[in-house]
Amino acid sequence: MRITCTINGQQQQADDVWEGESLLYVLRERLGFPGSKNACEQGECGSCTVYLDGVLACACLVAAGQAQGRDVRTIEGLAPGGELSAVQRAFLEAGAVQCGFCTPGLLVAAHDLIERQPEPSDAEIREALAGNLCRCTGYEKIMEAVRLAAARRSGAGGLPDDGTDHPHQVITRPDHPGIQRGGQQRGPAGRHT
Amino acid sequence: MEFLQPQTWVEALQLKAAYPHAVPIQGGTDVMVELNFDRYRPEYLLDLTRVGELAEWAPGNGRIWLGAGVTYTRVQGELGGWLPGLAMASRTVGSPQIRNRGTVGGNLGAASPAGDAHPPLLAAYAQVEVESVRGTRLIPADEFYTGVKRNALEPDELIKAVLVTPPTGPQQFCKIGTRNAMVIAVAAFSLALHPDRQAVGTGIGSAGPTPRRALAAEEFLAQALTAGGLWESRGDLPESTTRRFADLVTKAAAPIDDVRGSARYRVHALSVMARRALSWAWREFQRT
Repeated sequence: MRITCTINGQQQQADDVWEGESLLYVLRERLGFPGSKNACEQGECGSCTVYLDGVLACACLVAAGQAQGRDVRTIEGLAPGGELSAVQRAFLEAGAVQCGFCTPGLLVAAHDLIERQPEPSDAEIREALAGNLCRCTGYEKIMEAVRLAAARRSGAGGLPDDGTDHPHQVITRPDHPGIQRGGQQRGPAGRHT
Repeated sequence: MEFLQPQTWVEALQLKAAYPHAVPIQGGTDVMVELNFDRYRPEYLLDLTRVGELAEWAPGNGRIWLGAGVTYTRVQGELGGWLPGLAMASRTVGSPQIRNRGTVGGNLGAASPAGDAHPPLLAAYAQVEVESVRGTRLIPADEFYTGVKRNALEPDELIKAVLVTPPTGPQQFCKIGTRNAMVIAVAAFSLALHPDRQAVGTGIGSAGPTPRRALAAEEFLAQALTAGGLWESRGDLPESTTRRFADLVTKAAAPIDDVRGSARYRVHALSVMARRALSWAWREFQRT
């Protein structure tokens, strides 16, 4: 069947979609959005987390046909034009990325949290990220990153994190001085507990 | 495979009548797992997410009509005032992503003995509204679960809603799992006090082939409260009453050993949960 939907603001169309396949498969294998990762295929790991009509969902559990006519925002949509959003910058600076496989899902979930709750408590961060598994970091750096992103967003007057509001803060180079080889990361700019 | 996507409830019923083997799909949190792992390949998927009326809930005639497509996130956020037991249970489902998609209707459709919505529905004496082109039936929750992952639906029927008269007393829900998030219950228990009819409701999850009420425990406690004049006085519960209640709850269970826990552990967990749920509910009753 043919699936037409909006992905990151642009109309997309996929043909010959099998009726039993997931939105995740359509995104990755048919439409060239490989950012959302395929790991557990049962909603346990959160690596495929996307927005579906603005609501956080595991793309692996959305039937392709259910996305017909809907609005999908993937991890690629958090960095329009390649400019990283505040939450992505915070992950880089806090060293919240190791192997990187879980990172897209965590970023979308963290983005959703900060949009809904600009000043989340630690308990709220943990709860919001409860559906995203990371086997590398031990989560502490991820917690720091989310605190950092939230603090910056509050400091910026609570503007939405769409990656375009503060171009002077944007980090586009992966070799930004905040990130060093060998896991030696600069400490987070501010820790709010 | 064919993907059927009705836009209205009437169309959904007509499609289910025409294709009785069609597998209904709502949030996909159970159905898509089966498809992704190639555990089955239904000939037809019947997508109910376009049927707007299923995604509504409304109070009316002293009852809550909870559409089969209302997500756990909404139950958790919007129904806590009327159905705190169900809201608490919804809060323990999966993760934010799962609660945003999963529905109480889907829980009933899957009819897993571990489904989190079942114990509070049982304790609140909920009814399941099912419909086909032939007509509507109201099935009491405790007659709805007929076996492991089996329910009382006829092949041409769909679950439309849950009807619940909010219990007039406190409601509690407890769940045992290996962690707080993304966990299938090892055992679960829900309790509702119905002081207006001097009755008690219970629901046991993950400790038998189906979710079930502990009828003897309900009767024992209701009678003990009546005999002691405690519904009126709201005095302290004798410890022997709490203990006997918990004991009768465990006797209603029929757990098995499986990967999530042993039968023995489940019985122990149920006993602890029954005691705690009753203590919490009674303390709340005393305060109100």
